[in-house]
Amino acid sequence: MIDSLRAALSRTAAPPADSWLAASTARVAAEPGAIGVLLPAAGRHCGRAPLADPPGWRADDAARVLLLAALPLRGAALAEQVRTLYRYGDADEKRAVLRALPWLDVGDRCADLLHDALRTNDTRLVAAAMGSYAAHLDDSAWRQGVLKCVFMGIPLSVVDGLGERADGELATMLAGLAAERQAAGRAMPEDATALLHRLTTG
Amino acid sequence: MRIFDPHIHMTSRTTDDYERMAAAGVRALVEPAFWLGQPRTSVGSFTDYFDSLVGWEPFRAAQFGIRHHCTIALNPKEANDPRCREVLPVLPRYLAKDGVVAVGEVGYDSMTPEEDEVFAAQLALALTHELPALVHTPHRDKARGTERSLKVVAESGLPPERVVLDHLNEVTVQEVADSGCWMGFSIYPDTKMSPPRMVAILREYGLERMLVNSAADWGRSDPLLTAATGEAMLAAGFTDDDVDRVLWRNPVEFYGQSQRLDLSELAGSETTFAGSSILRGGS
Repeated sequence: MIDSLRAALSRTAAPPADSWLAASTARVAAEPGAIGVLLPAAGRHCGRAPLADPPGWRADDAARVLLLAALPLRGAALAEQVRTLYRYGDADEKRAVLRALPWLDVGDRCADLLHDALRTNDTRLVAAAMGSYAAHLDDSAWRQGVLKCVFMGIPLSVVDGLGERADGELATMLAGLAAERQAAGRAMPEDATALLHRLTTG
Repeated sequence: MRIFDPHIHMTSRTTDDYERMAAAGVRALVEPAFWLGQPRTSVGSFTDYFDSLVGWEPFRAAQFGIRHHCTIALNPKEANDPRCREVLPVLPRYLAKDGVVAVGEVGYDSMTPEEDEVFAAQLALALTHELPALVHTPHRDKARGTERSLKVVAESGLPPERVVLDHLNEVTVQEVADSGCWMGFSIYPDTKMSPPRMVAILREYGLERMLVNSAADWGRSDPLLTAATGEAMLAAGFTDDDVDRVLWRNPVEFYGQSQRLDLSELAGSETTFAGSSILRGGS
């Protein structure tokens, strides 16, 4: 994953971005505290162009995830650093931290960051919270996250493992939202309608 | 008419305002960190506020096709409260952010020794972070406050072209013009400056280093007074290019010194996609 991100970034960003990133990841590896000023600067050095892969990612997302992956920390110490970066991050930095979580050796220690993101009304953060690290959300919080995506018009393709984890309780919640929307004369997003159909007929 | 409002407190405004501003030609703005009417009592309420200036507020602005930037600082009024001064060590974290294009609002409120110290310390931050500085001139004892602010700026080592003194009027404009600093004017419904007076000042002092803002906030103010000033300029014989210079190119030049302005068009897809959250979704 980390190698493919580096390759995707190299294909997209201008050459100075590569050298900035190489120098910055080396600095973070030697001096972890430096990430506090390098993480916010990533977009200014690597740009914000969309990457071909993963879908929906930008160059600055990839650069920030690579910086986080370069931290020479593990477990509780890494989790503490990551939580501080999220706490003081702007919206783009917060999104990058959320996207990096599955690739960092933090176990389930950062699951509360997903709760924080899911409490916001920022579609970028809500979407980023429903990636593969959302495996650490309990079922109730995960279903609320899915429903919040539907409610905010975020495509359900952002939800990792939707097909495997969607259950009868989620179907009940989706049916409730569909009934409210119907009563109000408003449409449900097509992907949510398809999911509800699959859960109730499959 | 394309408008860059170089000073407006959107945190206090509604989505109706964003909609009207976009319709009037506002495409970009800077929201300076200032006080919120209700005094704060801890660092936490400052950092939550700063988080909003680099998080939620730019997101909200983007729904209306408006690029939102901000300035970060401890304001002069709250610099007098020791509980608030504890925010100073946290400022460098925020001054590193993409959307932060200056240190501000700094300056004087009551011209106390505490304000002296905090003002100078924050101009030093502007120097080390290579950012411009936005200086608020006081409501009371304004002429002497402006004079004293210019002295502090001169001592700071910041080049004058990286500094704007804001909320100027007929009495304070001359000495700021002479200093080489930028001149900011807040157009208000009753106080500070009106569109006709602004036009008279532009006639007398020219267009160079002039910034016109609405400074709209939680008080009686109007986010469309930038556009009204543009109209007043046209009615007084200024050209479309003159208006564009004052309302767009000048603020771009001043804040562009941060190297962090993002004036790219907002993608339609993002606006539509993100729009749902402001519309609140639901039934």
